[in-house]
Amino acid sequence: MKPFRMFGRSIRDAFRSVFRNFSLSLASISCITITLIIVAIALLASLNVNNFTKLIKEDVTIVVFIDREVDENKIGVIRARIDQGDNIASIEYKSKKEIREEMQASSSILEASMRDWDEDENPLMATFQIKVKDIEKIEETASVIEKIEGVHSVNYGKTMINKFLSAFKVIEKCTIVAVILLIVVTIFLIVNTIKLTIFSRKREISIMRLVGAGNFSIKIPFVIEGMVLGMIGSLIPVLIVIYGYYAFYQHFDGQLYSPLIRLITPEPFIYIISGIIILIGMIVGMLGSYQAVRRYLKV
Amino acid sequence: MKDVTMQYKNGVTAIYNLNLKIKKGDFVFVIGGTGCGKSTLIKMLYREEKPIRGEIIVGGLNVAKLRNSKVYKLRRKLGIVFQDYRLLPKSTVYENVAFALEVIGTKKEEINKKVLRALELVGLKGKLRNYPDQLSGGEQQRVAIARAIVNEPKLLLCDEPTGNLDPEKSMEIMKVLEDINSTMGTTIMMATHDKDIVNKMKKRVITLKDGRLISDEEKGKYKNEAI
Ligand SMILES: Nc1ncnc2c1ncn2[C@@H]1O[C@H](COP(=O)(O)OP(=O)(O)OP(=O)(O)O)[C@@H](O)[C@H]1O
Ligand SMILES: [Mg+2]
Repeated sequence: MKPFRMFGRSIRDAFRSVFRNFSLSLASISCITITLIIVAIALLASLNVNNFTKLIKEDVTIVVFIDREVDENKIGVIRARIDQGDNIASIEYKSKKEIREEMQASSSILEASMRDWDEDENPLMATFQIKVKDIEKIEETASVIEKIEGVHSVNYGKTMINKFLSAFKVIEKCTIVAVILLIVVTIFLIVNTIKLTIFSRKREISIMRLVGAGNFSIKIPFVIEGMVLGMIGSLIPVLIVIYGYYAFYQHFDGQLYSPLIRLITPEPFIYIISGIIILIGMIVGMLGSYQAVRRYLKV
Repeated sequence: MKDVTMQYKNGVTAIYNLNLKIKKGDFVFVIGGTGCGKSTLIKMLYREEKPIRGEIIVGGLNVAKLRNSKVYKLRRKLGIVFQDYRLLPKSTVYENVAFALEVIGTKKEEINKKVLRALELVGLKGKLRNYPDQLSGGEQQRVAIARAIVNEPKLLLCDEPTGNLDPEKSMEIMKVLEDINSTMGTTIMMATHDKDIVNKMKKRVITLKDGRLISDEEKGKYKNEAI
């Protein structure tokens, strides 16, 4: 009962003192707001880059061409051999006929030139389309498959993929470092702003101690106040995330330059990010207050 | 209090080998010239300062050994009043007094009852909703006293509570304190400079000089030679 009662009071007092010390609260709030906006932007960027990488990785396929002479029975054996590899996510077989039909459907020129082919003299090769689990090991996997009897050749967009992936890896690392750095800076800034706020309330803290408040119950109101400040401070960043990302997404039609680089669809995404931003604001506010008030409890 | 020596960090020794025993329900004045150690004595009793030697027992708690995180246990048994009132400027009279109960988690109805009773005792029931800066010095001091006694402490420590008040207002405060002493049985220890008050009240008087106890008399008078 007693802890709850004190907790309820703390929440009431937190709001009250945010308004009573409004000018100082405003300093903390704007500090939180500005840094959270930057954190939000960095977060949106890094998650999108992450998504690009994932999409491209998913898109990478090894195409295995089968010797023309291999008959349908032998195909099953080859398939089983490929499937033994531990880096294989999925295998899809396309017979000569299917490939021909696909190609004919895709363009009228091809259609014209292929129309008269007899199925027996179809010069195309049957293929397996393979998706791998770990893109890093694609080279190894491909070379293993290439050695299987009946496999004519193996193909995958080696150079293009590698370039893309290494570029994204760098971007990904940079954004992660940037986000972490920003959060650390935010905490530091907020600790200092809140320290200023609390410094002006040294008297209040000493009176609390005087009348017999335990250290814990002195900290609680300040920590909750920090949480309230963090929440108020995350309001504008959250609005920016929601409306800003939505507008950005609409403006670019959901993709950057190529359909491969798709932006994350806004719907659940912006709400998740907003939640994270509010959470960061609250935690950072609480940590800041906690650190700041601790100094005044040592006598 | 046994054989207490207190030295500040800068090397000033404020109290030398002090031995003192105060009975429950006593009313004690601590007098002496400026810098003789009156405030230091009081600060040690509520563990604002720690003695470097000796033993201080207040209501069963060994104050000299009390850990920082346990100080609140002592403070809840005490009421403390200062020369400069130490009220929360942005809280009303009622809130200031209620504050002392809120921080120890008292129930709301109980707070209400006790705060009103304390304010009645100091004669400030009509000014519940005022802020401290809307009160006179004497009234502010009475709020501070109400805050100090609202949790019914066994011991009330006062460091020059009348230091900022004129003689007439001072006597009013003394009446309030005497009232508390006799009706609630609260032990009171009060440091003061005020000759007239000490002479009029005829209570136990402890005289300090340069950190040493030089006299301790029942129904004492203010001694000029002490200064
Ligand atoms: N925080 C402190 N740090 C160092 N020395 C102090 C401190 N407070 C007081 N002193 C010294 O300790 C001695 C006793 O001071 P104290 O405040 O107890 O005197 P006092 O009797 O209350 O004087 P007054 O009547 O002026 O209030 C003085 O010599 C003073 O200079
Ligand atoms: Mg003094």
